[in-house]
Amino acid sequence: MLQLNVNGRQHSLDIDPDTPLLWALRDHLQLYGTKYGCGIGLCGSCTVHVDAQAVRACLVTAGDVTGKAITTIEGLAPDSEPVQLAWQAMQVPQCGYCQPGMIMASVALLRENPSPTAADIDAAITNICRCGTYNRVRQAILAAARKQEATDV
Amino acid sequence: MSEPVKLTRRAFLVRSTAAGAGLLLGFHLPARRKLAAAPLAGADASQPVEVNAWIEIHPDDSVLIRVARSEMGQGVFTALPMLVAEELDCDWSRVRAAYASANENRRRDEVFHSMSTGGSRSVRESQDYLRMAGAVTRELLIGAAASQWQVPAEECHAANSVITHKPSGRTLRFGAVAAAAAEREPPELVFLKEPDEWHLLGTPVQRLDVPDKIAGKPVFGTDVNVPGMLHAAIRACPVFGGKLKQHDAAAIAKRPGVVKVVALDDAVAVVADSWWQAQQALAALPVTWDEAGNGALDDAAIRSSLETGLAADSAVVMAEHGKPDAALQAPGKRIEAIFYAPYLAHATMEPMTCTAAVHKDGRVEVWVPTQNASASLDTAARTAGVDPLLVEVHNTQLGGGFGRRGASQDFTEQAVRIAQAVGRPVKLLWSREEDMQHDFYRPASMARLTATMNSEGRLTGLRARVAAPSILTSLGMKASDGADPVALQGIADMFYAVPNFHADYAMRTLPVPVGFWRSVNHSQNAYFREHFLDQVARETGQDPYAFRLGMLGDAPKQRAVLQVVADKAGWGKPLPEHTYRGMAVETSYGSHCAQVVEIKVNPDGSFRLLRVVCAIDPGHVVNPDTIEAQVESAITYGLTAALFGDITISKGRVQQGNFDDYPMLTLRQMPVVETHIVASGDFWGGMGEPPLPPVAPALCNALYAATGKPVHALPLGTQGLRLA
Repeated sequence: MLQLNVNGRQHSLDIDPDTPLLWALRDHLQLYGTKYGCGIGLCGSCTVHVDAQAVRACLVTAGDVTGKAITTIEGLAPDSEPVQLAWQAMQVPQCGYCQPGMIMASVALLRENPSPTAADIDAAITNICRCGTYNRVRQAILAAARKQEATDV
Repeated sequence: MSEPVKLTRRAFLVRSTAAGAGLLLGFHLPARRKLAAAPLAGADASQPVEVNAWIEIHPDDSVLIRVARSEMGQGVFTALPMLVAEELDCDWSRVRAAYASANENRRRDEVFHSMSTGGSRSVRESQDYLRMAGAVTRELLIGAAASQWQVPAEECHAANSVITHKPSGRTLRFGAVAAAAAEREPPELVFLKEPDEWHLLGTPVQRLDVPDKIAGKPVFGTDVNVPGMLHAAIRACPVFGGKLKQHDAAAIAKRPGVVKVVALDDAVAVVADSWWQAQQALAALPVTWDEAGNGALDDAAIRSSLETGLAADSAVVMAEHGKPDAALQAPGKRIEAIFYAPYLAHATMEPMTCTAAVHKDGRVEVWVPTQNASASLDTAARTAGVDPLLVEVHNTQLGGGFGRRGASQDFTEQAVRIAQAVGRPVKLLWSREEDMQHDFYRPASMARLTATMNSEGRLTGLRARVAAPSILTSLGMKASDGADPVALQGIADMFYAVPNFHADYAMRTLPVPVGFWRSVNHSQNAYFREHFLDQVARETGQDPYAFRLGMLGDAPKQRAVLQVVADKAGWGKPLPEHTYRGMAVETSYGSHCAQVVEIKVNPDGSFRLLRVVCAIDPGHVVNPDTIEAQVESAITYGLTAALFGDITISKGRVQQGNFDDYPMLTLRQMPVVETHIVASGDFWGGMGEPPLPPVAPALCNALYAATGKPVHALPLGTQGLRLA
């Protein structure tokens, strides 16, 4: 049995340890917020946190992350997470499919770098969005950063 | 309130227009849902009440509004309820949206009208009957309250889900009178509000779907989870038109999780306990294909076919006025250019998917992200060989559509066949590679444009030939008679005044399937036309803006958006060093849009996108924030195509497979977008597509200004024009 700690809960799964984390989350834990988009780590739709780092869940296996703390979009607190609040205020999502990955990438960015510059955001947010939410994503990250700063002071 | 709407009692609505011509809209009166198990007479006060096919009012005053068009990011789950709620005068904060059922639509004589979501039609095609549904329901609710109070209805009005009897100040909530309202005869006359009476339409209300979308909650097609469900991965013949010849199911039968290998006519699917297992087994499955003679098709052959079309002596005339032949022979300057636009994939973020269950009692269920639930219903019924009334379509949220998920229901057909073969519910999901290689592509296209100019630099003649595959013919929507009006969108229906004009079409037939791609053939034709006009202007020493204005005397709406965008972009004012701009204007799907693209060119020739200024006239505005989002969206989609989009064919196969070889514009490359809504307010235009066509020619025109060289083929990457 393979042990996965997801969103603070321990799960025992009878799966091949080579199963990508993405599919372990989706098909075995029914955590569907993490999306499949490309399977080769390019689009970022499957971004989750592994020990607070943004990771593309299609590129790591379930076996790789045993014993680590995995957080998916379902593990955030949308009513208090500054990134999600900024997303709501800026009305970022369109179709919404890539948005969990965008949000997970943005939360990880702000955790590492609470006051990112435009260039920092450019470098960190490489997720693909076909609907073209990029400019709102950028504005929402900056708004969340400002809000975090205000709260910290 | 000058728009009286007369209602007959025969389930039709006849609306008298100002001109006096009766217009039969086929609007169904709010026939109540026939709920056999729950008679409405003396309805249970704890149950929601359907007052109208579109509207369910709950005892707690919350309102559920049904949406017949598909939410794929464009905002119909908010815009269409806004149209209803404006007239209903309900409390917007208590409104929820839910899909209308395609099965119910069929059973109830198309009470929800069209469920097709394309052509930027959702608002403009349904605003009339949705606003009327709201107005009729409001009057029923007021009537029920007035009846309870035994006062004239004229003394009552509704606001925020509360009916007030003005003289006495008494009030009743919608939820308290909904059941009584549903029993009443609909009014014979309702009035629709004038735009200056709107309080909801035209305001930037927050989208109803956003709270779920930021929490990872919406169910997309890939997220469907049906009890007992298996997972299928699929591989279709990589050569277009080819068939499955042989496969060795035994070779993978013992792999973990594998339940069954299902052979289809042109594809093979592996069904397993999880999608990963299915996909792994599929990759190991030995398969041989019958390539149906298309295994030699390549880009050279496609180019050759398009060039043959351009060179043909004759083609089908799609538009003509004046004396184009004489104009071409007349003395004066003559400018000619040939352009090429490639095949493009839709590349929705969510690959094609469908979950199907074929039940033993003959019922069929599909859970599918579809742009047309009625088309999914018919496809599932036809595939399973059952009456359409036995099919239920559960439309999910769509991870993008862009035209891929409507007319072509190949994924629905596959899922039903596989579920039938397995005898259990199956969720079919295409890999990204499968999605890229089995699309219905934006047609590759070539055009030749010829202009003749007089000595004052005015255009005296314009001749256009387009050679391209026909979408309508390819999708079986039209007989192959050589004419396809969609093929010459933006050219045959061009709004510039040219005294002598001829446009014709040389239909090309190729094995590559083609389909509707966001803004369809406006996407290539606006590039051809608008870039060519810049060429004509510059070669005759004219400013492209002034040159365009000179031909827009009879096109006030196009002229207006062009003037706004020129003003906001500072057209004519000096630019910083190495900075250039280009403009373009197009009318498509009922709206007018002009854009100016600004770029900065580096010493090595690479360039950066600085900003796109956009002026859009969609007539009436439903939600200005959604309009801005759609402008940003269409510009992103159009820039991605112009810069990178290139589906190429070799050995009968698409050579691209994923985002490494079919790249997307990213956040880092995204320009600032400034949107100016120029709402002329006397028509209802579309929004999902109109901001797309201008962006490629505006960018090409900026590059042309920078380099002095026109761009004769897209994408720009193939022309040595690269982003920094």
